[in-house]
Amino acid sequence: MHLHKYEKIWLIFGIGSLVLFLAVLGVAAFAFGQQPPSHMAKVDAQNLEESVFSEPGLDQINEDTYRARIVAMAFGYDPGTIEVPVGSTVIFEVTSSDVVHSFTIPGTNVNMMITPGHVNMAEYTFDEPGEYLVLCNEYCGTGHHYMQMKIEVTP
Amino acid sequence: MKQSNLALQDYTEIPEVQISPKDGKLAFVHISVAFFAFLLGILGGLLQGLARGGMIQLPSWLGYYQILTAHGVLLALVFTTYIIFGFFFAGMSKTHGAFSDGLRKLAWISFFITTIGTVMAATMILANEASVLYTFYAPLQAHFIYYIGLTLFIVGTWVAGATIMAHYFKWRKLNPGQPSPLFGFMATATIILWIVAGLGVAATVLGQMLPWALGYTDEINVLLSRTLFWYFGHPLVYFWIMPAYMVWYLVIPKVIGGRLFSGSLARLAFVLFLLFSIPVGFHHQLMEAGITEFWKYVQTILTFVVVVPSLLTAFSIFATFEQTGREKGGKGLFSWLKKLPWGDVRFFAPFMGMLIFIPAGAGGLINASFQLNAVIHNTLWVVGHFHLTVGTTVVLTFFGMAFWLIPLVTGRKLTKFMNRSGIVTTWLWTIGMFFMSGAMHILGLFGAPRRTAYTTYQDHPQALSWFEGIFASHVTVALGGVILTAAGLLMFYNFVYLAWFAPKGETEFPITPDPDDTPHTPAILENWKLWIGIAVVLILFAYTIPIYDMIVNAPPGSPTFNNLIR
Repeated sequence: MHLHKYEKIWLIFGIGSLVLFLAVLGVAAFAFGQQPPSHMAKVDAQNLEESVFSEPGLDQINEDTYRARIVAMAFGYDPGTIEVPVGSTVIFEVTSSDVVHSFTIPGTNVNMMITPGHVNMAEYTFDEPGEYLVLCNEYCGTGHHYMQMKIEVTP
Repeated sequence: MKQSNLALQDYTEIPEVQISPKDGKLAFVHISVAFFAFLLGILGGLLQGLARGGMIQLPSWLGYYQILTAHGVLLALVFTTYIIFGFFFAGMSKTHGAFSDGLRKLAWISFFITTIGTVMAATMILANEASVLYTFYAPLQAHFIYYIGLTLFIVGTWVAGATIMAHYFKWRKLNPGQPSPLFGFMATATIILWIVAGLGVAATVLGQMLPWALGYTDEINVLLSRTLFWYFGHPLVYFWIMPAYMVWYLVIPKVIGGRLFSGSLARLAFVLFLLFSIPVGFHHQLMEAGITEFWKYVQTILTFVVVVPSLLTAFSIFATFEQTGREKGGKGLFSWLKKLPWGDVRFFAPFMGMLIFIPAGAGGLINASFQLNAVIHNTLWVVGHFHLTVGTTVVLTFFGMAFWLIPLVTGRKLTKFMNRSGIVTTWLWTIGMFFMSGAMHILGLFGAPRRTAYTTYQDHPQALSWFEGIFASHVTVALGGVILTAAGLLMFYNFVYLAWFAPKGETEFPITPDPDDTPHTPAILENWKLWIGIAVVLILFAYTIPIYDMIVNAPPGSPTFNNLIR
């Protein structure tokens, strides 16, 4: 099988770019810890009241770090609003009590799938005050487009 | 057709005609179903665009997610699959000789199985019992007839695939030691891919969803069913793109009056697709809990490998263009471009598809980029992306193909008027897609969700901004959708004209002679057992441990949720 000289150059350039891209992604992930949300914890979606999600809401972990345990459901989130001061880092732990949802804060990198039986996690530091919209971007039924909650970041 | 003619002499009694009329009829029926599904599908798309843009309100008996399901099933599954098999039956008849009566009967049986499945699924969608979208993620649950319909659809295509493979291997048996015709080789690679990939969706539908929808099991393993779906869902896009590549490799060189650059490289590209397009489904599940970062990254690497055969294809096709342009007297760095037949829709429509594959492919790399996926996952960006890949590259290639394939199988001629109409269709489609897909990409970057009906999230400023942008607005999406619908209606008119009203006559099946290097094709490329074996090893490598973990360490399963979709 004959490879033309130009084709060799083209493939070396092309495959070289792919290797470079993968290296950037790999270093960012495994050296700097920028991993996609892949939490492995499990819960019984039908009996969330017997789990850590029995009382969803905000817990303060230290001065400017909070943990928000949130339950996604058709068609909303529990709690429907949380409030943190500006500069806070919030660790979101989210699960679903029924079908597949997402937990997405447009304009940030918080965007993860919420599958029943699993807990997914993301972390975000709110450096700007304002009212952040959280929405579901995985189709979850006839009221999917009404599913939302708010994060109030107070100055 | 130097080579295949040799074979045709002892294989079929009618080598002079373009293709056997009986095979032509088989192809025509497939193409017809494709275009009727296309018509319904694009009208669904129009309604979605207008409704989401807040320009119309859907009547109470028609749900947004119901038409979204219909749009996806009719265009992504029905239109593509039928037109692909129409092309395969016609092409196999042309390059490997007419089908035997037995095989043709089998092909008709496959058509009826597939069509009964399509009708069952479509009926459930119309009855609003299956508004679960074409990905039907559990634990949302559709009517069990929807799942049976989808199963019959897949099984029908397997029977059709078996027919084509039987025809191909018959040729190989009659011509031992010879490299097989490129068309058969490529069609076989595509079908093997389709069958191996289909096992995943068959496993989740038959093993998980159907027993659960019928009430034999109470719970379903949601993560496993999603994983099995995406084991199928990504190769599905290669099942669309490989036949389009076949048009580029085999038809376009003939249309522009040249010949294919290299046959071995074409075969190599298709083997690479077969190997690497299946063990990559996790790049659709990068944002999901329950799959470790390690296995997601492994499949990300494999996803990047499957870019290589597309790089090979891009080189081959543009080398063929340049070679042909220069043989026709084109000189200088770029003036050979002028020698290409820009006024011929059979070339122009697929060419626009190729051009759009450049940004489309680049977008695909972004989507697959591991943690970067968080920026665009399930946003309108993704919808913009696949409206470029399948919705433009593949669709425009099939449009270009329709202008010779339909008159060929109906015994008619492509007229100048039809050719011009085809060029207009191509431009309209490209312009409409520029607005629609362009706006979708940018809206996606701003966070606008996909698969979501009209909503302003209680007038949240961020959601309102998605309606107020100059270009990045749901209104631009709807405008693009209107232009696309005009293009689609024109294409449906082209189909009707070519099928029933064009003047009678002979139409050429444009297919390039197998290239000069064909006799030197390395024998290993024809070793299907080897390639299937490696494909299986790669699949087992990429999936065994994560799937084992999903089953053994599964959380309690999910009951049915069928009340949420009505």
